[in-house]
Amino acid sequence: MARMKFLCDADRCIECNACVTACKNEHEVPWGINRRRVVTINDGKPGERSVSMACMHCTDAPCAAVCPVNCFYTTEDGVVLHSKDLCIGCGYCFYACPFGAPQYPKLGDFGSRGKMDKCTFCAGGPEVDGSKAEYEKYGANRLAEGKLPLCAEMCSTKSLLAGDGEVIAEIYKERVTKRGYGSGAWGWQTAYRETIAS
Amino acid sequence: MASFARYVRFVACAWTALFIMVLALPVSAQQPTRIDPNASAVTEQKLFQEHNRIQGRVSIPDQRSSMLEQPAGRDWRHFRDVTLRWIGGISILGMLAILIIFYLARGMVRIESGRSGRTIVRFSAFERFVHWMTATCFIILAISGLNITFGRPLLLPLINSAAFSEWSQWAKYAHNYLSFPFTLGVILIFLMWIAGNIPNKVDVEWLKRGGGMVGHDHPPAYRFNAGQKVIYWIVVIGGGLVAATGYQLMFPFYLTGIEGMQLAHIVHAVVAVLFVAVMLAHIYIGTIGMEGAFEAMGEGTVDLNWAKEHHSLWLDEQNARTGVNETRRQPSVRPAK
Ligand code: SF4
Ligand code: SF4
Repeated sequence: MARMKFLCDADRCIECNACVTACKNEHEVPWGINRRRVVTINDGKPGERSVSMACMHCTDAPCAAVCPVNCFYTTEDGVVLHSKDLCIGCGYCFYACPFGAPQYPKLGDFGSRGKMDKCTFCAGGPEVDGSKAEYEKYGANRLAEGKLPLCAEMCSTKSLLAGDGEVIAEIYKERVTKRGYGSGAWGWQTAYRETIAS
Repeated sequence: MASFARYVRFVACAWTALFIMVLALPVSAQQPTRIDPNASAVTEQKLFQEHNRIQGRVSIPDQRSSMLEQPAGRDWRHFRDVTLRWIGGISILGMLAILIIFYLARGMVRIESGRSGRTIVRFSAFERFVHWMTATCFIILAISGLNITFGRPLLLPLINSAAFSEWSQWAKYAHNYLSFPFTLGVILIFLMWIAGNIPNKVDVEWLKRGGGMVGHDHPPAYRFNAGQKVIYWIVVIGGGLVAATGYQLMFPFYLTGIEGMQLAHIVHAVVAVLFVAVMLAHIYIGTIGMEGAFEAMGEGTVDLNWAKEHHSLWLDEQNARTGVNETRRQPSVRPAK
């Protein structure tokens, strides 16, 4: 099975936020939660770069390691998913996650955390693939339909790549060779303990 | 002939031109036809070297999401999964082991002169209420807190994950809501017993004589002996710390960002497990460790002989204030407890 990964080519991202919008719409992500966001570094200065970031579906995922109720699981595609039925909204995965991926709906006046929500690589959750229950809790399950995550699919500059890690690394390497520069695969060292030699 | 001269001139010019071009080559190599757009670009590596986290700007309303990467979560993960379990395990099991060994070696500290049958008021109803409110909250907070750290390796394998999540969810609610009465209790304890808990010279003497825990010594003490003062300050300072850091975690982002929350969790967890260990010792002395001690918080009164042996100076004070004969007389035959 393929090992699914995200790769954002920061030299192509134009900070249009289409991926962010696509994600919110596709999964009907509740108000106040963003599974994906675009962060601009050195905004307005020479050398500014934008990176679209969501859950990176880490190897040996930190969130899964610290969860007190052990509600995470990794699919055979290497996608890190969790069960909202088991999650107790403790916030620990958020402390451990290097990418700030876990989000919590705000419940009540105390701002106490609801069940954690994060990017699913458009792969739903533990419920039956494509079921209504799955959609309501985790959003669409595009992977089960043979489609890749919508954010990457509709990226206008094809900056955001999603899919088999080896394939997208190959695409990126080719780009770097052709154009002669590349600022590297952001987050790969942290998430997968590997970089793409360019 | 003229054409040959022209040829020579041409070749000479060509060679000169070539020579000049070769000389100029290193210069032109530094000015490529294509501008490298990455020359001044930010790189992940460099940003990590500067801050160990990458912060940018986002155009969505949630400004907290502008933190792009924070690999420090890895250290926190190690603390939570490894370091904390060692600290907690050693301090709590270690304390239990010490108490068991101590109990086997020393047994219950008896009232040496026996019960006099006369009692004296030690804690008012209000003081006992505050103590038990705080104590009840503490026990529930401790169990629900330990569940977060030790539940996954110890309890989860024994029951199914749905049941464990259900229990953990209620434990979390209890932990969050009982923090309020607990904090109130700590504040009241601080205020109502501060007067008797300022360290003084008597404490030095008491500590030198080991508090009378070994042998049959009974060093003098006022209302609170040095051991109790230590417990008092641990409750006040430790309780204050767990409350402050706990609220920081309960109200995320009100006070600090993510690194502050990681730090708050570390302080909260370490203080909490040490707190539990110390309270085990407190519970031990208040129950099976010492005859006549539980009554002080239970009924609010203690036997005169107990007071004489453990808080002689306090008893003198009380007698001086109220007159010896005013202490309550109780029926000499008391129901066995
Ligand atoms: S990016 Fe965060 S939430 Fe996603 S797998 Fe890694 S640690 Fe877990
Ligand atoms: S918030 Fe939920 S998923 Fe995250 S660590 Fe806590 S219980 Fe696990």
